[in-house]
Amino acid sequence: MDVQTWTFIIVGLTFALYIGIAIWSRAGSTAEFYVAGGGVPPLANGMATAADWMSAASFISMAGLISFMGYDGGVFLMGWTGGYVLLALLLAPYLRKFGKFTVPDFIGDRYYSNTARTVAVICAIIVSFTYVAGQMRGVGVVFSRFLEVDINVGVYIGMAIVFFYAVLGGMKGITYTQVAQYCVLIFAYMVPAIFISLAMTGNAIPQLGFIGNTTDGSGMALLEKLDQLNKDLGFVEYTQGKKAMIDVFAITFALMVGTAGLPHVIVRFFTVPRVKDARISAGWALIFIAILYTTAPAIAAFARTNLINTVSNKEYAAMPEWFKKWEGTGLIKYDDKNADGLIQYVAAADANELTIDNDIMVLANPEIANLPAWVVALVAAGGLAAALSTAAGLLLVISTAVSRDLIKMQINPNISEKRELMWARIGAAGAVLVAGYFGINPPGFVAAVVALAFGLAAASFFPAIILGVFDKRMNMQGAVTGMIVGISLMLYYMLKFKFNSFGPTTPDQWWFKISPEGFGTVAMFVNLIVSLVVSRMTPPPPPEVQEIVENIRIPRGSGKAHVH
Amino acid sequence: MSNTDLKKYWQENIRYVLILLAIWFLVSYGFGIFFADALNSIKIGGAKLGFWFAQQGSIYVFVVLIFVYVNLMNKLDKKYGVNEE
Repeated sequence: MDVQTWTFIIVGLTFALYIGIAIWSRAGSTAEFYVAGGGVPPLANGMATAADWMSAASFISMAGLISFMGYDGGVFLMGWTGGYVLLALLLAPYLRKFGKFTVPDFIGDRYYSNTARTVAVICAIIVSFTYVAGQMRGVGVVFSRFLEVDINVGVYIGMAIVFFYAVLGGMKGITYTQVAQYCVLIFAYMVPAIFISLAMTGNAIPQLGFIGNTTDGSGMALLEKLDQLNKDLGFVEYTQGKKAMIDVFAITFALMVGTAGLPHVIVRFFTVPRVKDARISAGWALIFIAILYTTAPAIAAFARTNLINTVSNKEYAAMPEWFKKWEGTGLIKYDDKNADGLIQYVAAADANELTIDNDIMVLANPEIANLPAWVVALVAAGGLAAALSTAAGLLLVISTAVSRDLIKMQINPNISEKRELMWARIGAAGAVLVAGYFGINPPGFVAAVVALAFGLAAASFFPAIILGVFDKRMNMQGAVTGMIVGISLMLYYMLKFKFNSFGPTTPDQWWFKISPEGFGTVAMFVNLIVSLVVSRMTPPPPPEVQEIVENIRIPRGSGKAHVH
Repeated sequence: MSNTDLKKYWQENIRYVLILLAIWFLVSYGFGIFFADALNSIKIGGAKLGFWFAQQGSIYVFVVLIFVYVNLMNKLDKKYGVNEE
């Protein structure tokens, strides 16, 4: 059977599985729709969180990015895992004890103000929409590359699937589909990684192959060899970075703190029965994430070594089949500048003849390693699982923001549960349509903004939540001013240096040598300081709010997530 | 639970959090970034140690930190009688 038949079969089977789970687990109440009734076992929640968290970018693009960045790629690896330590130690248990449904719920109640609630809703919607558009695009891209359908048709199919299980099942449906999606995506990621590790280092465990020796007979360590290859071609050594140390620090920190402030991640910890379950499910989530995140740098190093060995100074006419195939999709471009028929892949831009898209490292990996057709099909199903699971989690945040944070808490508090549930479904349906629209007509800035969504989350939510738990004296004035100053500063820096909205800029003009991607760290600290200063100059929060803080600090009496 | 007990429980919790976050900071920002160059003279298998911490080691330590915290807190909750059934 050929790759395409295999892809139809495997993708078809996984989709049938997701739909089956959605029908089995449809939501009957708002509590089930928002937080799966608060009854998800911690291990399952860990898996669901991992799938929720790992998006099309983690699955398809990250290994390729690292492969070209070398040491600097560590910002993603540390940044997108270290946030779970913050979640487990500083946020998850307390938000679980607080026992409601959304992040704006917490901000609104803790800071006894609908202004705070509204600011939080706006931040949640901005962050989630920028993110979800990228996911829908990812679904379309996978469809078009593996099934050779039009990208837009791919987006429609993805919309239909997500529509089905998010609208029907709410959080309950999403949770159990995410568990299945995690299994699909991790299997799809590991199978080619193990084969390639065996081929290149003789070790079946990619994490060990990464630090092992190559099997090419030179007896050199793989990374040493890669350093050498990079240097010979004029690139920076693989294990050395190019970015300023302060920027590496700032980006890593912004990604960590942003992770801990992302609403679709936080809300997963509302779905477990007890406070201790919230703590341990953060641990499970990180284990499940770490399996992929410690494999990615290994794939990155294997793929780069393989690539250089295969193409560098080799005859174009003698390239293997995959090279031609991916050239057809535009992901590999060859331009024989000196007309010698050989491929020169070097650092110097005027002599370099080969352009390679980041995504190729994962997408073409199975073919590069000569793996059977079903493995290629599996990678397609894995990419779809990663994109769909993240999209569903984000859509839920948006629909909850509409039905609960706006309609139930502000516009019509007397709404019946049945109508609220109806509004939640309408919200989810509306969000799917908007996300699909952005998937089909991607605004040019989506890719850039997805990375910056972390900065926005770091600059707005993180300090407000942390201070809400750890500083009893923190009041409405402090938190609201902090959030507004933080997110405005971040938006300003983004517009100024990323989009050049106030005239052209160069990296030399960056404040403290920090890139827009890392600026969330600065904005976060500014938020923190502004909040503290303003709160000490204004009256303390009312006694009943101080009591909430006392109460969320102890686990006993958590109970189910409740409507009140 | 009395107010002084609550205060003690909270202080012990904060102490755990601070110690664990110090390790969190050390392995990622310390070993993986600030001292990476210095550590690169040491090797773990075929990898330079600073590079390894940035791309592998810190992630393993993060996982361990969470499970250590869970254990410490489960014990602390019992000690102060604030554990859940």
